[in-house]
Amino acid sequence: MKKAKQLFAGLILMALGLGTAQAEYTLNLMKGVTKVSHDIYDLHMLILWICVFIGIGVFGTMFYSIYHHRKSRGHQAAQFHENTTVEIIWTIIPTLILVGMAIPATKAMMELDDVQASEMSIKVTGHQWKWEYEYLDNGIHFFSSLDEASNKVRQVGSGLDPRSVPNYLLNVDKPLVIPTKKKIRFVFTSKDVIHSWWVPDLGWKKDTNPGFINESWTSVDEPGTYRGQCTELCGKDHGFMPIVVIAMDEPDYNAWVEQQKAAMAAEAGSASKQWTTEELVAKGKAVYDTNCSSCHMADGAGLPGTFPAIKASPVVTGDINAQVKLMLNGKGMMPAFGKMLSAVDFAAVVAYTRNGLGNSVGDSIQPSAIQTLQSASPAAD
Amino acid sequence: MSTSNEYYIPHKATWPVVGTGGLVMMLAGFANYLNGSSAGTAWMALGLAVFIVMLAGWFTLQAGESESGMYSTQVGISYRMGMMWFIFSEIMFFAVFFGTLWYTRNLSVPWLGGEGTGAATKELLWPSFEAVWPTNGPGKVGGEFEPMGAWGLPFLNTLILLTSGVSCTWAHHGLLAKNRDQLIKGLAATVGLGLLFVALQASEYHEAYTEMGLTLGSGIYGSTFFMLTGFHGFHVCVGAIILSVVLFRSWKGHFQPENHFAFEAAAWYWHFVDVVWLGLFVFVYVI
Amino acid sequence: MSAVVAEHDDHHEHDHGPAKGLLRWVITTNHKDIGTLYLLFALAMFFVGGTMAMIIRAELFEPGMQFVNPQFFNSMTTMHALVMVFGAVMPAFVGLANWMIPMMIGAPDMALPRMNNMSFWLLVAGVLLLASTLFMEGGAPAGGWTLYPPLVLQTGKALPFAIFSVHLLGISSIMGAINIIATIFNMRAPGMTLMKMPMFVWTWLITAFLLIAIMPVFAGAVTMLLTDKFFHTSFFDAAGGGDPVLYQHIFWFFGHPEVYVMILPTFGVASTIIPVFARKPLFGYSSMVYATAAIAFLSFIVWAHHMFTVGMPIAGELYFMYATMLIAIPTGVKVFNWTATMWKGAMTFETPMLFSIAFVVLFTMGGFTGLMMSVAPSDFQYHDTYFIVAHFHYTLVPASVFILMAAGYFWLPKWTGHMYDERIGQLHFWLSVVSVNILFFPQHFLGLAGMPRRIPDYAVQFADWNMISSIGGFIFGASQLLFLYIVIDTIKGGTGEKVTDEVWEDAAKHSLEWTLPSPPPYHTFTTPPTVIPTEHI
Repeated sequence: MKKAKQLFAGLILMALGLGTAQAEYTLNLMKGVTKVSHDIYDLHMLILWICVFIGIGVFGTMFYSIYHHRKSRGHQAAQFHENTTVEIIWTIIPTLILVGMAIPATKAMMELDDVQASEMSIKVTGHQWKWEYEYLDNGIHFFSSLDEASNKVRQVGSGLDPRSVPNYLLNVDKPLVIPTKKKIRFVFTSKDVIHSWWVPDLGWKKDTNPGFINESWTSVDEPGTYRGQCTELCGKDHGFMPIVVIAMDEPDYNAWVEQQKAAMAAEAGSASKQWTTEELVAKGKAVYDTNCSSCHMADGAGLPGTFPAIKASPVVTGDINAQVKLMLNGKGMMPAFGKMLSAVDFAAVVAYTRNGLGNSVGDSIQPSAIQTLQSASPAAD
Repeated sequence: MSTSNEYYIPHKATWPVVGTGGLVMMLAGFANYLNGSSAGTAWMALGLAVFIVMLAGWFTLQAGESESGMYSTQVGISYRMGMMWFIFSEIMFFAVFFGTLWYTRNLSVPWLGGEGTGAATKELLWPSFEAVWPTNGPGKVGGEFEPMGAWGLPFLNTLILLTSGVSCTWAHHGLLAKNRDQLIKGLAATVGLGLLFVALQASEYHEAYTEMGLTLGSGIYGSTFFMLTGFHGFHVCVGAIILSVVLFRSWKGHFQPENHFAFEAAAWYWHFVDVVWLGLFVFVYVI
Repeated sequence: MSAVVAEHDDHHEHDHGPAKGLLRWVITTNHKDIGTLYLLFALAMFFVGGTMAMIIRAELFEPGMQFVNPQFFNSMTTMHALVMVFGAVMPAFVGLANWMIPMMIGAPDMALPRMNNMSFWLLVAGVLLLASTLFMEGGAPAGGWTLYPPLVLQTGKALPFAIFSVHLLGISSIMGAINIIATIFNMRAPGMTLMKMPMFVWTWLITAFLLIAIMPVFAGAVTMLLTDKFFHTSFFDAAGGGDPVLYQHIFWFFGHPEVYVMILPTFGVASTIIPVFARKPLFGYSSMVYATAAIAFLSFIVWAHHMFTVGMPIAGELYFMYATMLIAIPTGVKVFNWTATMWKGAMTFETPMLFSIAFVVLFTMGGFTGLMMSVAPSDFQYHDTYFIVAHFHYTLVPASVFILMAAGYFWLPKWTGHMYDERIGQLHFWLSVVSVNILFFPQHFLGLAGMPRRIPDYAVQFADWNMISSIGGFIFGASQLLFLYIVIDTIKGGTGEKVTDEVWEDAAKHSLEWTLPSPPPYHTFTTPPTVIPTEHI
């Protein structure tokens, strides 16, 4: 059946003369890589077959009737219009089928819901339009947004070919890394609007609600890279905040943890060094592209009526301290970047907005000064 | 004046489009006002004026038709069904806000305070929040406030509305007994009590805003309190206006024991407003 | 209750016809005029909403962003849904109700004719207010037709307009529903007992109750959005003790019955058309009535199956799963009854019948995917993917929209007195039924393969099916121009063949409208009919 379907799909595609470069069309639900995802797959197949079976019965009867009971074939209409026995039968049988479905469904639901006895916890926070990951047990903390290659291609009228980017729109700058064979509890929340975190291979998605925590769990057996996307409409760039989860065996995972810790320490160190405006501007472009361009646009023109322009903006060309304050604390739809960017990145993007994108104010602020402000401001949480 | 046996089908209605125009002007004006446009209020006022003209015109037309005996019993049944189901829709409208009060008090606030599935919510997001009703939430939105007590003005208001329900029924008995004097007195008392209720409610609001720190912005308590009592107060005003029209018509000599749909509709509406208040008194003030 | 009619004008001229000129349509209280207004307005909005769908499918034709920016894309998906639901499908069924219910139950008009006029004009006002947001600073609403906070609160100047538009549409629907209830309960011809009413009348009676119960709920929900945005309330803000998920509960308490508002009259029309062309009574009339009532009742207690992934306590998940599964039973009864109605009939396949059969088959497919999604754990995969998009389009396009087409072909000869061109009708049907499947069937695959809904661009492995879906969409969209042509052509004279009162063979045995002349005079049943057809039961 599945083979036949795929063949059929392939024929349609060939008939339409579409290149079959990505020959891997999935026509059915992915099996996934966890026990829960397998259970859900089985449940899906069970109900699909029940539907196919009922469908064949009902449509078969209907089409038999349509063929044979036609006026043009001289069929005379019978005049019966009720039959209590038949009506009772076709009420009772579906009821029994439903009960049969409800039992495995209930089991799978209980399993999915049980976050007890997890071995580690990861906090996932949705942002417009990126994900924030925080390992509650070891303090690793980072943001994960759409990779640069996809981001360039996906701009309106970029003229670039999405097929030239590996994993177009399903790749991120910094993936989430988890160990295999461990029960990992995820806690979800959001900083702004509702998002939803979905990796099909894990078998579920969960909404991230601002001000509340949702919980779910997974345990992956095989190492691998698993991709997903935000699945709750969260504004303009809802389609551009993918998720990449890399599952590693324990030793690899531990090495990764050590590497992250070292990188965080190095980052903290570079904030205390003196930076020239040019150095900051040079570094700032990448920070801007990742964090600011989705609203204020890559050229700083903004989106009139919704997102203000950076170019010739009175904020950016005015007092530097006022700009820094606004960026630290946010305003309206503008998120508070105080806790989201490192001091160096923060100072870099300040310098870039004031001295790039058509502005030339000529000044900058030192990362060390930002660091002081960051630690002075009340916790964003 | 005998009523007709035929089903009256009116033709060529002009008031509905006038009313629609007024309503659109009012709402578009309000939307512009909310968006910070200066022309908004003028459009609202104009729309309201058109709407009032429509109401006056349409009511006059219907009253005239009714008094000239054009409405058969069957037409009366259509009107009564219309009013009945309109009131049902109003009940569903209030149900939303009662439902909101129930949900926040019994589910979302306890979850924020760590109950049930909310344990992680409290632990990770709102560690210092204790769920006690009334509350303005873990963010202490709107600042310190004092909740509204039940046994002062609100209790007095309950008595006033209940009394007005009685006076309304007394007026109805007057109508049925062809006692025009009792009808007019009963209606006047009902309208008067309604207005007294609104005045007391206004003073309660004034006290809340000026002395208790309790505003529409006082978190979920302030939101539900003012939304429920506010919409109720608005409905009392509407009810009082309808009753005033009925009072005016009674004074002009309208209504017979067998033909007084407008009176019945007003009375049903008034009793509905009354019952909603009892719900409010119990769920918003007492519990 | 019989209804002998009294007619009075303000001017004492004994002119019982319509007013002259365009003003006729503005001030009319005639159920046929108002029905026509509703139907034409709905048709116009069908093409407006359809244009938006074409923009969506054009952008999704290939991966990459070619035509529109993501914000505008989101406005298109949002407005497409709102226009189709509130501007096209619902008004079309109200239009049918206006035209047909009085004629089917032997009433002279709707019970409350002036209010009938107002509910139409409020609808126009509401839709215009909504459409005006397309031209506002910050664009039209782009947070999805469900208007979930906090996202929808980021809407620009359009927000209050969209909210007030919902209020106007709500008032319009409530007025329409009240009118239908009063008409059905109070205006039936003598002998037209409830259990002799045509199924279309029954389904609309039940739908009207749904509308009165839910439109105020939606109005309340959007009112809270308004106060959260402009008056500092905290209904949907956790910091103040509220909950964004609360909105979703309220919305879907409205929203689930709302989708049945669009499907129950669909059932009614199908149950009216199929017996006529099968030349057989409807199988299980009374079980059809009870099944409709059961579906309506269940619609109020299953809403959170739209929210399985929001993080409800497990008891909630399980309850809503079980309750949702139950819907399959009465829905199954309906499908079985339609099949049994065709069984051993003497069927002919004119365009209305073709659309009705396609409805039964394709709606059932939408029902199957619905059953799959009722299973909460599986829904953790399906939710908010193209699988859902495929599901609800199957229950709306080849179901509600097809049945509206069927109704058009079925009753146009009655309304106009002219016969439509059967060849073009059949061509329209075959083009529609093939293209609608090319359009929506691949979306099942896309959803299962992992494509989320409401995204303007997608990973390249989804490219092929999206292109096929878009091609189907363009063919489907273009095919509907044939329907427009047929409607205009039939109004202008059609094939030139004068149709009989009955139009379809023995139709008058099924329902009263076929006992009237084609086209019916401006006022019908000013004295109630004496013979009540009973073939349909």
